[in-house]
Amino acid sequence: MNILPCGDGAVLIDCASLAEAQGWFAALDDRAEVVLGARTVLVRGEPDACRALIGRTRPEPVVAEKSRTIEVPVTYDGDDLAEVADLTGLTVEEVVAAHTGTPWTVAFTGFAPGFSYLVGGDPRLHVPRRASPRSRVPCGAVGLAGEFSGVYPRESPGGWQLIGRTALSMWDSSRDQPALLVAGTSVRFVTA
Amino acid sequence: MTFVVERPGPGSLVQDRGRSAMGHLGVSPSGAFDRVALRQANTLLGNHPGAPAVETYGDLVLRAEAPHVIAVTGAIGPITIDGRPVAYGRAVRIGTGQRLAIGPVTLGLRAYVGVGGGIAAPLELGSASVDTLSALGPAPFRAGDVVPTAAGGPVPDLEDVLPLGRSGDLTLDVVLGPRDDWFTPAAVRRLLEDAWQVSPASSRVGVRLDGAALERSVHGELPSEPVVRGSVQVTAGGQPVIFGPDHPVTGGYPVIAVVVDAHTDLLAQARPGRTLRFTRVA
Repeated sequence: MNILPCGDGAVLIDCASLAEAQGWFAALDDRAEVVLGARTVLVRGEPDACRALIGRTRPEPVVAEKSRTIEVPVTYDGDDLAEVADLTGLTVEEVVAAHTGTPWTVAFTGFAPGFSYLVGGDPRLHVPRRASPRSRVPCGAVGLAGEFSGVYPRESPGGWQLIGRTALSMWDSSRDQPALLVAGTSVRFVTA
Repeated sequence: MTFVVERPGPGSLVQDRGRSAMGHLGVSPSGAFDRVALRQANTLLGNHPGAPAVETYGDLVLRAEAPHVIAVTGAIGPITIDGRPVAYGRAVRIGTGQRLAIGPVTLGLRAYVGVGGGIAAPLELGSASVDTLSALGPAPFRAGDVVPTAAGGPVPDLEDVLPLGRSGDLTLDVVLGPRDDWFTPAAVRRLLEDAWQVSPASSRVGVRLDGAALERSVHGELPSEPVVRGSVQVTAGGQPVIFGPDHPVTGGYPVIAVVVDAHTDLLAQARPGRTLRFTRVA
């Protein structure tokens, strides 16, 4: 783990893996304003104070049981479903089975409010982003890109391969918990 | 207590102190790009320093539906009430039916119109700010909009705010990293030595800079990592973008340096074409 500079109001903990970053995020979440990335944790505050805080903190082992599980019903009719099947060498049915067969975990949130990067799914589903992003991806679209899966919380541009859609609301700023999926949440996709 | 928008101007927005500590939800800080100017306008009016005000590029006309006190700070342009010039950086009374006009700004980029009591915009996630990236907060002004205001207290007797004095090159202090080691030493040197031009494609999400492309020494994909207001991200084409208040929470391109927080407010006033330089402070 390295502590990298990030201006005069934060530092960035650079980790070897997502799991290590999640461990630091879990250990620091109550003690500082932190944001999790795919391999990094941003810690806001005066940099020397952040470094001192990190120095007296040990990363927590990431315990899956601590997190809640959310079931996300999906209608698998996405525009890129056939292409994902081509890219992975699976049939459409096998893509759906792979996507629903393994629980995913929210690694971090970014891109847009309530957009969660899910990891830990079936590695056969690793596909590149689309060569050219769509200017309009509908709210609730379920996509794949690299090691991640995710659900678009509202209509937006987007470059992920779309395999389906869900009616579940990912984001509602009037809820007590606006984002349905926060870091650490376990997600199980099921056929709607 | 309301104003009516007679001319909205391009991109006039309600802004306050923004949404802090919501990065874990994917929500950017947003808020006034020039936080100093917001605070000045509110202080002149006796408001809470972070009360909601109007951030505008000018060409804005508001009609008062009741007596109010207003103050204009930030960028400089003609300010009139019913055609009579009024002072920049001063609390000024406006009567029922009178029109406050902010002309196109000529020095700086974003003016702030504060009103006594503040604008009474609905809060979303604790802030009235418009986040242009995430579409949070009230919609940008349109002609005919009714803008409610909160009741104001006594207006303090303060000296005028001095106008922006900077029309030459803009110099911003930066701390190198977190990913300066993803660039060639020559690229890091050029970041600090070159004169950059502010691109017309700039926005509250990011201020784009035109100049010779910065070459990377590491060519892999960067796993998405958190960025801050002031992060200087270098796109695939080698052009720097300095993130503004509506920046995405995470970015997939390496950040070569980060502008010190206090200097990000100066960036709010950087017009397209202005020359910008970086000075390394760490």
